[in-house]
Amino acid sequence: MTSLISPATSDRAAKVMLWVSASISILTLLFILGYIVVQGLPVLTLSFLLESPRLSGAEGGILPAIVGTFCLMLVTLLSAVPIGIGAAIYLAEYAHEGAVTRIISFGVECLAGIPSIVIGLFGYAFLAIYLGFGFSILSGGLALMFMILPWIVRVSEESLKAVPSGLREASFALGATKWQTVSRVVLPTAIPGITTGVILGIGKAIGETAVIMFTAGSSLLMPTSLFDPVRALPYHLYILASEGISDKMAYGSSVVLLVMVLVINLAAVAIQRHYGRHHVRN
Amino acid sequence: MSEIEIESRNLDLWYGSAQALKEITMAMPEKKVTAIIGPSGCGKSTFIRCINRMNDLVKDCRITGELLFEGTNIYGNSVDAVELRKKIGMVFQKPNPFPMSIYDNVAYGPRVHGLRNREELDRIVEESLKASALWNEVGDILDRSAIDLSGGQQQRLCIARTLAVKPKVILFDEPCSALDPISTAKIEDLINTLKHDYTIVIVTHNMQQAARVSDHTAFFLLGELVEFGKTKQIFELPEKKSTEDYITGRFG
Amino acid sequence: MKTNERIIELLLFLSAATAVTIVALIIIFLLKEGLPVLVKVGIIDFCLGMKWNPIAIAGEPSYGIFPMIVASFYVAIGSLIIAVPLGLACAVFLAEIAPSWARSILKHAIELLVGIPSVILGFVGLVLLVPFIRDHFGGWGFSILAGSIILAIMALPRIISISDDAIRSVPREYKEASLALGATHWHTIRKVILPSARSGIVAAVILAMATSIGETMAVLMVVGNTPILPTPIYDILDPVRPMTSNIVLEMSYATGDHASALFATGIVLFIVVAVLNVISHRALKSKMGTRR
Ligand SMILES: Nc1ncnc2c1ncn2[C@@H]1O[C@H](COP(=O)(O)OP(=O)(O)OP(=O)(O)O)[C@@H](O)[C@H]1O
Ligand SMILES: [Mg+2]
Repeated sequence: MTSLISPATSDRAAKVMLWVSASISILTLLFILGYIVVQGLPVLTLSFLLESPRLSGAEGGILPAIVGTFCLMLVTLLSAVPIGIGAAIYLAEYAHEGAVTRIISFGVECLAGIPSIVIGLFGYAFLAIYLGFGFSILSGGLALMFMILPWIVRVSEESLKAVPSGLREASFALGATKWQTVSRVVLPTAIPGITTGVILGIGKAIGETAVIMFTAGSSLLMPTSLFDPVRALPYHLYILASEGISDKMAYGSSVVLLVMVLVINLAAVAIQRHYGRHHVRN
Repeated sequence: MSEIEIESRNLDLWYGSAQALKEITMAMPEKKVTAIIGPSGCGKSTFIRCINRMNDLVKDCRITGELLFEGTNIYGNSVDAVELRKKIGMVFQKPNPFPMSIYDNVAYGPRVHGLRNREELDRIVEESLKASALWNEVGDILDRSAIDLSGGQQQRLCIARTLAVKPKVILFDEPCSALDPISTAKIEDLINTLKHDYTIVIVTHNMQQAARVSDHTAFFLLGELVEFGKTKQIFELPEKKSTEDYITGRFG
Repeated sequence: MKTNERIIELLLFLSAATAVTIVALIIIFLLKEGLPVLVKVGIIDFCLGMKWNPIAIAGEPSYGIFPMIVASFYVAIGSLIIAVPLGLACAVFLAEIAPSWARSILKHAIELLVGIPSVILGFVGLVLLVPFIRDHFGGWGFSILAGSIILAIMALPRIISISDDAIRSVPREYKEASLALGATHWHTIRKVILPSARSGIVAAVILAMATSIGETMAVLMVVGNTPILPTPIYDILDPVRPMTSNIVLEMSYATGDHASALFATGIVLFIVVAVLNVISHRALKSKMGTRR
């Protein structure tokens, strides 16, 4: 190479550039988080958390949105966990190689790749209109379940497959049936990994907006049943910001949402740490 | 001469298109120890896994011929593999305790078979741990995780776990190969005690071990049964040249 | 006992079949709702039509989403132009030169970044980025540029982590062989490591593009959402309306053909994203194929 710059110099220059890139990424993140927190913290008072909004949210608090988000997550969790873990158990423990299994796995992959707004559209047409659930906690929660189901299936399947096969053999050799082996040995051994995955899945669902816009509704009243509409916190934030209702309230809502996501992620990490060494109680 | 407990007749086994066992015919007597020896890959594990139908779990595994246990062909239509495995227990090469407490490990089998009574379970756990010579070491730490035990203790726990199901036969697949000499000696002692109550089949790579613990020995080579007879006779006066070569370590 | 086991296996099978059932239902319902307009307008005219005027006061409404398809690609590609070099640099940094403390900081930062809800990023874009662009570059502020930057921030963690994996899976011997020949570390990275990791990186980039095209909230809040092509076409300070925004903005009041046209937009979006996902998978597969 007939370069004017010596290899040693370009090596050093390149490394500086890599350090700069990494720093830019981290600083961007810190700036975004810092900005939100600095702007939002003053808004965070007990009454902000515990009051209902007034004047479309320009004043008052965000309690109904917090409750709405909580209800949605509950429906999502209760539907996604049994189906997702069941599917993972089938794929990891029961499925034989073949066309059916390939189609099933392909379906999981596909669902994971579908944009959330398309899931929202589908939720609207299928859950809200066709099944008649209307704009409701039920519709929104199920639509969110569609979104995180592939994630839960995948994480659970991986955790199950990581269980040493010697444990399965030992159980079979003691005269246990397939299901006894799966439910008493394999599943308990995989539970820490699965739990972490489920929690992270909820972390994804909690900030999701496009899926629930046309399924959960946007009511700011306290829900009283599964069929009541709710406005989840991220949607509330979107409305506050995009309709120019109140930037101040939007910052406050952002901080609350961020804290929720953070707590969820930390919980996942804590569980992973705690169960680093496997020990299951019967 | 004691009664025949397990008998294989013209047993062939294929993994896919590869034949792993060829025309195995041999009889294992009740309450005796039968050792199976042979070079790596000759089908020892494959054979003893036939006895409790563990090979059912391997797909593409095909078996022909008969394997009689107490006179019935275990590959017959009416035999339930799950029921069969209650009577024929197995201890594996690598200790594989469940990631649960010591107590739960031993109680696993009885619980799976429907036993709920706590006192009864306590009794079985204690008996089994005593029978596997582990009670003195773990009797007061039954709530500890089984994972915390040493390798030798884990293997004896696996034996206790098998005993708790009250089988008639126990299959050992190289139970000492992952253990140190002291733990190995303990397990050999244990086998010598257990043979008063159980029919035992043990796969081993250790010639001295086979000679020490077994009453009968079978020598396998390339999926075939080369020679089967009284251990003393196999080790002192083998009929086949290949058996002698293997036993004296001149195999090659 | 036996029947019990059978019932359980059946239940597990049904759970496993749920995902594929949902995908089938999604396709069926999108088609059911979207086909009427596609048939009425014609697929070609729908996709290539320049004019989106669903609620015509006088005359026929028109449903052409070409500007929105262009917009979706425009912001997505714009985001890649920013995120790919930066992401790759970070991945190389992570895999090759970062001391362990820097590595752990960057790793945690990436995890945090993935966790930030997109609506929050959109909000930050709205209050910080849009005014910044308006003040310093001119225009309205709501623009392709703003959308691309916000999407780039979202795409960054994904590009970093997949590229990091790809770089790590390059056999050590390659690197050692090059270093042993006296090449500098940077030369080795550029000539040996990056080329070997290329297909993995390509897969990451295409996947990031699919995700960016499918992303809704963050873009919606900063691109301005005018359903026409930018003029001139290369003006990145012009506002545009990607397909996802189109659906969100009008779904709440659309009826009849209009609603159907939004579902049809969903169909086009679905197909575009699916095709990109397939290409990305292919790229990853071919990488597996060539590695021994
Ligand atoms: N699950 C399986 N699928 C296909 N082939 C197998 C399987 N298990 C064993 N084999 C093959 O069957 C033959 C016999 O294997 P087996 O494990 O019975 O040998 P072994 O005598 O127990 O050897 P070792 O002393 O190493 O344990 C080998 O050629 C092995 O590769
Ligand atoms: Mg073996």
